[in-house]
Amino acid sequence: MTLPVELRHDETFVLNLGPQHPATHGVLRVKLTMDGEYIVKAEPVLGYVHRMHEKLAEVAPYAQFMPNTARMDYLHALAFNHGYALVVEKAAGIEVPERAEYIRVITVELNRIASHLLWWAAFLLDLGGFTPLLYAFDDREHVIDLLERITGSRLTYCYMRFGGVYNDIDDEFITGTRDFIKRLRSRMPSLYHDLVTHNIILIKRIKDIGFISAEQCRKYGATGPVARGSGIDYDVRKNEPFSVYPELDFDVPVYDECDSMARYMVRMDEMEQSLRIIEQALDKLPDGPVQAKVPKILKPEAGYYYSAVETARGSLGHRLVSDGGKNPYKLKLRSPTFSNLSLFGEVAEGMLLADALAFMGSLDLVIPEIDR
Amino acid sequence: METSIWRPILYLVGIMAFAGLNAAYLGWCERKGAARIQRRVGPTEVGFAGLLQPLADGIKLMSKQLIVPQGVDGIIFRVAPVIAMIPAITSMVVIPFSGDIQGRAMELSVLLIFALASLSMIAVLLGGWASGNKYAIISSARAVSQNLAYEIPMLLTVIAIVMISGSMNLRDIAIDQQGGFWHWNIFRFENGHFLYMWIGFIIFFICSLAETNRAPFDMAEAESELVAGYMTEYGSMGFGLFMMGEYLNIVVGACLTVTLFLGGWDCPFGKTPGVWWFLLKIYVLIFTVIWVRWTYPRTQIYRLLNLSWKILIPFSLVNVLVTAALIKVF
Repeated sequence: MTLPVELRHDETFVLNLGPQHPATHGVLRVKLTMDGEYIVKAEPVLGYVHRMHEKLAEVAPYAQFMPNTARMDYLHALAFNHGYALVVEKAAGIEVPERAEYIRVITVELNRIASHLLWWAAFLLDLGGFTPLLYAFDDREHVIDLLERITGSRLTYCYMRFGGVYNDIDDEFITGTRDFIKRLRSRMPSLYHDLVTHNIILIKRIKDIGFISAEQCRKYGATGPVARGSGIDYDVRKNEPFSVYPELDFDVPVYDECDSMARYMVRMDEMEQSLRIIEQALDKLPDGPVQAKVPKILKPEAGYYYSAVETARGSLGHRLVSDGGKNPYKLKLRSPTFSNLSLFGEVAEGMLLADALAFMGSLDLVIPEIDR
Repeated sequence: METSIWRPILYLVGIMAFAGLNAAYLGWCERKGAARIQRRVGPTEVGFAGLLQPLADGIKLMSKQLIVPQGVDGIIFRVAPVIAMIPAITSMVVIPFSGDIQGRAMELSVLLIFALASLSMIAVLLGGWASGNKYAIISSARAVSQNLAYEIPMLLTVIAIVMISGSMNLRDIAIDQQGGFWHWNIFRFENGHFLYMWIGFIIFFICSLAETNRAPFDMAEAESELVAGYMTEYGSMGFGLFMMGEYLNIVVGACLTVTLFLGGWDCPFGKTPGVWWFLLKIYVLIFTVIWVRWTYPRTQIYRLLNLSWKILIPFSLVNVLVTAALIKVF
């Protein structure tokens, strides 16, 4: 990256960005060494919301950890539900009824849309546009209402069960979801793209800013929209298919520009793809039970198990070690945001403070998921 | 009107009241306007349609303790908000609200307003500097470079207007534009060759947005980057004065734009000139400022400076040269 000025490493000052700062969306702290408004060195400091979730998994039966999963990534909680259910089902050898699989996909994708809408709102807030936040929340509210109807909660869902889901969906949910698909599709071009995406100020702010090469993505293990914005065609739903995703037809949006705009466009396109997935899943939805017969206390055979799902922020891995007891011996999560944040320090070097914060917004950080 | 002791007192009270009312109620207008744009309702609880909200906010701010943090430069820290307020109110003295409502019709009133506008920048600089907060210092450094960059094209466009009107007196400039919208400086149809003056108007409007620190140029208080910028360490009425000074600067900017380009108190159809037209015009402009703020995201400090040095200054220079040439030729 070419700089308009030469950074002088001898005349710097340290700026503490966070843990209480409007742009860090939570309690991330970044220690910035600055030369004027240019960043000489950026060092993310983690651990302000560490709650020992992984340790908590070891002290309670398998089923009791399910609510914890939603407290990590509160924006795409259902994907965390799904990931944990998948790994335990793999360990205990539980077959999931097909209807339940479809319901899982529908709810996870709805939740993905809600997550992307909130990212969009928060990103625009980082760039100083307050109004888009309210428009996005208006749409998100519809998703949350739909999910509330069947899961019983609005943010931290505990909807998945081993071998199925907690509650069957009803006709009202199906018609409501179809209405929402129509609504978002009609609002997307006029509101989201005309008002924001094609706005010259926005384009100037995020185009060619925050360059992450594919090489850097691989080095730091970045996944999700961050990697797909750098031209890496990797989506767990396509590359390591799980659930009923192979039966549904959808594209994985990939952009080669590697800048913040590319990541922005990936997420905007992903919302449309999620709508397509939901539409097909609703059409194909089979009849039948939504919950398999599962013993009250699970005791999976001793061994190592792994499953991955695609959350709104990237690939989420659950690694489960069982010793044959009723509690997990060890549960390790590989959360996408941690890897995505790790590259912040390297990329932000030499950036202006304002650009670095726009770049940080484009990474879509959810801090409780990093700290767990 | 016969000159007596009552005249200055009347104007003093009138201008203070106008300034105070605007400073308080523009906050309310902004909140209501933002709410409408965002499909909300805005303040509704205190008084009818939330009309007493500014009063309640004022009482709250005044009754709060004025906290002076450790390590700040105490005197400058206390004085800065006052300095933010004074130039804005003082500028009102020379603004011709109508043919007979004006505090003082000074010969150099244009110059005076610009001199005072620069003072409010000093308030931002002092406030940020005295706070001893890194965010505040970055913010004041931004504010100063931004104000310097935008004062140049602003003054250059005003020079073109001064050349056309042949006066630096705001009252004379306004009188020169009487008699319907085709006489206004922005259109100037009557002697045909100043048809391009709307370019000057656009430059002036953009500059006044930047001068008053309004979005999309609100670099100095970019809350997602600099928390609250130079106001970070201010609470209670210190913060209140900064806010009021900011709104007053918007009012002064709108008054200046109306006087220089939109015919002052002139009626667009040349029928009933009066103060109501002046007020209508400034509030339309202020609404536009609010509208812009709640529609666009913020730009970035270097793009902002580039816009000024690379686009606005060359354009306004050409504007001055062409105007001078046309005056000489015709």
